[in-house]
Amino acid sequence: MKKIIATALSMTMAMSLAACGGGAASSAAPAASSAPAASQASAPAASDGVITVGFAQVGHESDWRTASTKSAQDVFSAANGYDLKFVDCDNDSAAQLEAVRNFIEQDVDYIIIDPIVSTGWDTVLTECEDAGIPVIVIDRTIDDSDKYVSWVGSDFKIEGLACGEWLKAYAADKGMSEINALVIEGSTGASATIGRTDGFKEIADREGWNIMASQSGDFTEAGGQEVMESYCQSYKGKFNVVICQNDNEAAGAMTAMDNAGITYGVGGDVVLVSFDANKPYVQMVCDGKINANFECNPMAAPTVSEIIQDLEAGKTPEKEIYVPEHWFAAEDNVPSIDVNGETLEVIHATQDVVDARPY
Amino acid sequence: MDKLKKLSKQQLFLPIMCVLLVLAVNIVYDISQGNPFYSFFRITMENGLLSGRLVSIINRGSEVAILAIGMTLVVSASGGTDISVGSVMSLCASFCCMLVAGFGVSSVSSADEFAMPLVVGLLGALLMGCLCGAFNGALVAYLDIQPMVATLILWSAARAIGLLLCNNLIVYIRVPEYGVFGGYIGFMPTPIIIAAVCVLAVSLVLKKTAMGMYVQAVGINKKASRIAGLNSRRIIFMCYFLCGVCAAIAGIVNSSRITSADSNNIGLNMELDAILAVALGGNSLGGGRFNLAGSIIGAYTIQAITTTMYNLGVSSAVSPVFKAVVVIVIVAIQSQPLQNWIKKHRAHAAGKEAAKV
Repeated sequence: MKKIIATALSMTMAMSLAACGGGAASSAAPAASSAPAASQASAPAASDGVITVGFAQVGHESDWRTASTKSAQDVFSAANGYDLKFVDCDNDSAAQLEAVRNFIEQDVDYIIIDPIVSTGWDTVLTECEDAGIPVIVIDRTIDDSDKYVSWVGSDFKIEGLACGEWLKAYAADKGMSEINALVIEGSTGASATIGRTDGFKEIADREGWNIMASQSGDFTEAGGQEVMESYCQSYKGKFNVVICQNDNEAAGAMTAMDNAGITYGVGGDVVLVSFDANKPYVQMVCDGKINANFECNPMAAPTVSEIIQDLEAGKTPEKEIYVPEHWFAAEDNVPSIDVNGETLEVIHATQDVVDARPY
Repeated sequence: MDKLKKLSKQQLFLPIMCVLLVLAVNIVYDISQGNPFYSFFRITMENGLLSGRLVSIINRGSEVAILAIGMTLVVSASGGTDISVGSVMSLCASFCCMLVAGFGVSSVSSADEFAMPLVVGLLGALLMGCLCGAFNGALVAYLDIQPMVATLILWSAARAIGLLLCNNLIVYIRVPEYGVFGGYIGFMPTPIIIAAVCVLAVSLVLKKTAMGMYVQAVGINKKASRIAGLNSRRIIFMCYFLCGVCAAIAGIVNSSRITSADSNNIGLNMELDAILAVALGGNSLGGGRFNLAGSIIGAYTIQAITTTMYNLGVSSAVSPVFKAVVVIVIVAIQSQPLQNWIKKHRAHAAGKEAAKV
């Protein structure tokens, strides 16, 4: 009896596992793993004028990711002459490779990949090349292969530099004599963490600012809260700037500063800066709780669409393309900043600006 | 000297020594930084709230302490670990927020927008914890499945179910009433109170009833205790059940701290901390005899290490290495062969001393 129950249970489990595996790919097409290679067809240009695009997305772990997905679904719509085959890979890199191979078998015209991992891509990208399907990489990078047309994403270092330049202009305007900054970093090793840390540090070193501490909050609200609580105990009354490397951490830092009785934002003791600029947090900039927020634009799809149109017209797009990003500030005392010799606008976050935000 | 010897034979001596050792590191650091030596231990009232490093340790360590209660019983009774507690925390928190906010709603900013009263959400979360605990318990106790295999199911599934319940979004309940469980009652951090109540309740039950003895008996020899008239299966089941309830409480506390259900991150890897807490408390992971107080001290030791890392300002990239070193030292100090060696060494030295005289 025991054995029967055990067997039945293990079978149910096996079946549910199989069902899970199927679920990930079902939005694309039936997994035709044993089907004969139908990828010999060479010309990707669709005869009926509809461009088929396969998009292997990372998953749906954050609001940012959801916005990225929605942007693709809006841009590659039937109304715009596209047929989007979207696969949510649920942060499973094997499922993502499988999804790309399925795209090849379906003979889509273009493949968009947001790579979950940065290595192990050469084989599958070679297969894409052999099948004559151009690949466009967005957001995260591929390190071990260059067999893709373009990469579209954010320049995190520029975000960090912009943060530093804004702070410099802001401090000059407000007459802050010295800057004692605390940084709450993102996940250790993430490209966003590295870029934003390096960028800000470059300006801080140049201006002789004091970065009192820089610890990781893992891009989560709980992490931001715990690190900020610790900062408040170590440095209360000694710091006047807090840099959070994403919005969730900023939310946690605000709770911790509330508890410690430290005021922040416009008119507060501490200048609070955040990155990512999701809509609820741009609202907080508008409300004066966050002094400035530096966008990490998830809307790569319009740029990708431009690349595809270029390719259709026979042009060669650039290898690295950065999406346009915006900087939001709670006050209008710094209208623009110079980053790497380029003048960039700082948007004063009014209610109208917030309402116009798509995500 | 004799008193000291007697003291060092106490079961809790080593776990307490270890946590003191970790705290002592901060004294050394503070003195070297020119701060008063007590600055790590200073407890002050900031903004009308209890504040200080020690408060942080006890406050932030609450979740692991609550988990450690259930984990200790599970380890003792079944000689295995429940690796699903972290995921179950996430599931319970997500379920609670989903009930309160309504399905598909990602943000609630005032009590008027509640789809259901907060109490329903909290009870729902507890019920979900019971359900998960009962599921694990049934698999282990009645189907004789290896504890790690049985709890592996919810370890992988519970977090995913939580994500589904939250429609793949972070559900924000930005309402002060919900923040109470991870915030403050008066000047006191609520998690400390919740953890204390849980520990007191369980230890009272273990002390006042024969439950503690039953659990140990089953853990030492399941067959013998059954022959002696204990319902071994039911006792194992109850331990897993309680572990599920503990996970639910820890989940509510953790989610209330951030007034949201972040299904991806709540309780992430916390099952490992809970197991480590049990081990640091001097309990054998093979089951049998257990010491609840040891596990609780173990839980706070883990948080003490984390807080020490913050205090020392160790950069986030290398802090896991430091943590690992500290844990290795603590576990090694408590290991039987090393203790035997020390004993032998001491006896040897004592013998020499005696010979001299």
